[in-house]
Amino acid sequence: MPRMAQNPPSLDAVETVRVDCDILIIGGGNAGCFSAVEAAKIDPSLKVVIMEKAQIMRSGACSAGMDAINTYIPEGKTPEDLVRWCRSQVGGGPIREDLALSNAKELNESVDDLERWGLPILRDENGKIRYRGAWDISIHGEQLKPIMAEKAIEAGAEVYNRVACTQLLMDNGRCAGALGFGVRDGKFYVFRAKATINATGGAAGLYKSYTADATDSHHQIWMCPYCVGTGYAVGIRQGAEMTSMEQRWVATRTKDFCGPVDTISVGYKAPIINAKGERIMQKRYAHLGADKAPRYIRANAPMEEWLAGRGPTYCDTRGMKPELAEQMMTDYLNERPSFVLFLASRGQDPVKEPIEIYGSDPYIVGGHTQSGFWVDLDRMTTVPGLFAAGETAGGNPNKFVGGCAAEGKLALRGAADYIKNLVLPEPDAAQVAAEKARVFEPLLRGEDFDGLKALEMEERLQRLMDEYAGGTSQFYRTNEERLDYALKHLTMLREQTKYLKAADLHDLMSVHEVIDRIDVAEVLCHHLKFRKETRWQGWQTRSDYPEVDPAYDCHVESRRNLETGEIETFTRPYEQLVPGDRYKP
Amino acid sequence: MPPIIDPKKCNGCEGREESFCEEACPGDLMYVGADGKSHCHASRDCWDCMSCVKMCPRNAIETRVPYQLGYHKATLKPLMGKNSITWKCTDINGQTVTYKYRNRLDIKD
Repeated sequence: MPRMAQNPPSLDAVETVRVDCDILIIGGGNAGCFSAVEAAKIDPSLKVVIMEKAQIMRSGACSAGMDAINTYIPEGKTPEDLVRWCRSQVGGGPIREDLALSNAKELNESVDDLERWGLPILRDENGKIRYRGAWDISIHGEQLKPIMAEKAIEAGAEVYNRVACTQLLMDNGRCAGALGFGVRDGKFYVFRAKATINATGGAAGLYKSYTADATDSHHQIWMCPYCVGTGYAVGIRQGAEMTSMEQRWVATRTKDFCGPVDTISVGYKAPIINAKGERIMQKRYAHLGADKAPRYIRANAPMEEWLAGRGPTYCDTRGMKPELAEQMMTDYLNERPSFVLFLASRGQDPVKEPIEIYGSDPYIVGGHTQSGFWVDLDRMTTVPGLFAAGETAGGNPNKFVGGCAAEGKLALRGAADYIKNLVLPEPDAAQVAAEKARVFEPLLRGEDFDGLKALEMEERLQRLMDEYAGGTSQFYRTNEERLDYALKHLTMLREQTKYLKAADLHDLMSVHEVIDRIDVAEVLCHHLKFRKETRWQGWQTRSDYPEVDPAYDCHVESRRNLETGEIETFTRPYEQLVPGDRYKP
Repeated sequence: MPPIIDPKKCNGCEGREESFCEEACPGDLMYVGADGKSHCHASRDCWDCMSCVKMCPRNAIETRVPYQLGYHKATLKPLMGKNSITWKCTDINGQTVTYKYRNRLDIKD
């Protein structure tokens, strides 16, 4: 791969590269790599191409590593048990139990794959897998991403690194591949495929992180900041049906660093306390399960303490045995190594001083919560030929690493079935030319163009979403009037994208990322506006409708009307397939 | 202000089409400049994932926590082994702790 190419002098100077394949995978992360491996397993003659914005060996959300696999079904438990737990973690749903069950049946095998490929899973002296909660197992996953990537490459997938997706290639309402540009070589790419798997990851950076103010670190956030929601945006632009976008992932994180906290509070049983030393979960949430309360309750609890004037809040690690503390630090080094550096930069020994915690900025993720494409059991979206896996696929929360891997396999099987007897259509020249012009325009506006930087628009968007669409500064609350304000200004932002200009190819990537974020933010605001109740405090809090309303015990859906450009919202019913009390694990 | 590159140690992975830190960065933030050394496009956009630090064969890159969030000057340095990783962490009071663990299983085909 060459160093960053010079800016093209004109659109005609931009080379177009055409790549044909059977199955295109957008995003070489967890789900994408597992799709590629599965393809080789079921039919080695399939030509599989991975389109990756960074470099597949260390890209995306798994780049730093992982310290745990949060869902692995232990002996004596069934996939149905996992679905029951999963359902209770989102306050009884509604969830897509058909999807959750099919992932659950597949996920242990995916985790076993990882171990066979070289991932250390921690075991006790009898060789039994060491659990640190009901479903999560400890790993030394510093090498998780390289391990998965190596297997995708060994499986024969052709990887196009440093190609950012900007649009789907459409053929009479069907997805026939994707378009994008090389962030280093400056070429325009046309990927033609019989089926496309969208596995780009979730959307971070829609909201302002509270550490963005007056610090040199705007990406001190938990979700990978380079996963900006492009996967959602390209589908939204083609009228794909989106589900549950209002169920945002907000988590309790370490304050000022945004490191994981479940590691300490669940894995090491360090209780959450407020400024007065009160054990918050026992004192205020005993009726909801105390320390085992659903995830959104646990996420929201410390922020409620701050709001009531009882902050700061902590995870009480004091008195932890030194060997346990060392294990905890090792976990962090596997997943968020710089947290260990952060503690050192505060001169803090967690055995003597508790770890301060706070709420994260909200993320849109289908692997943790359930925002994403509405898919069928084959993981096909409502756009024929377009499949979704991992964070982009909605309806099925708490997938995490194992579930996203499983879904990568399921999507590939769906795609492989779909392409039987299909022939590749000739790409529509007008569509390709229009996209090429749109993509490169911000780079060709010339030095004298009085325009906007991607960063300016990104910061405007993030502040707008934070204050009006329920960000951290507003303790996740929003209301009808704020959402109307946000939507009005999102429309203005979209109109202003014509002023965006890019100084170089890296900058061009940032420009398209902010455009994608605006499209996702708009859909998100429509979903938040539709759900006139508060079903998942913190994840979705309406200050004007503070209670759960049984009328909204359903999936909230949306799709862009391709004729008017408007986002239309509607509902789908919840179907309980796994018997049992919805609210109990 | 992550990441900091020591120009005395960095040679931009001379001879490689792409330096190791460029390859490792999930955010396309690293590049080799006209001076033959690695640089970061926008240190404010760094995720502190430390992938570049781990990959650098010359130990030329250091991740620092921005001063607005953490005090001067703690260090965390990884040393990559074949199947293990060693981390050495020194806090602002000069206390050093070392962690070493296996990050890959030996796979027999």
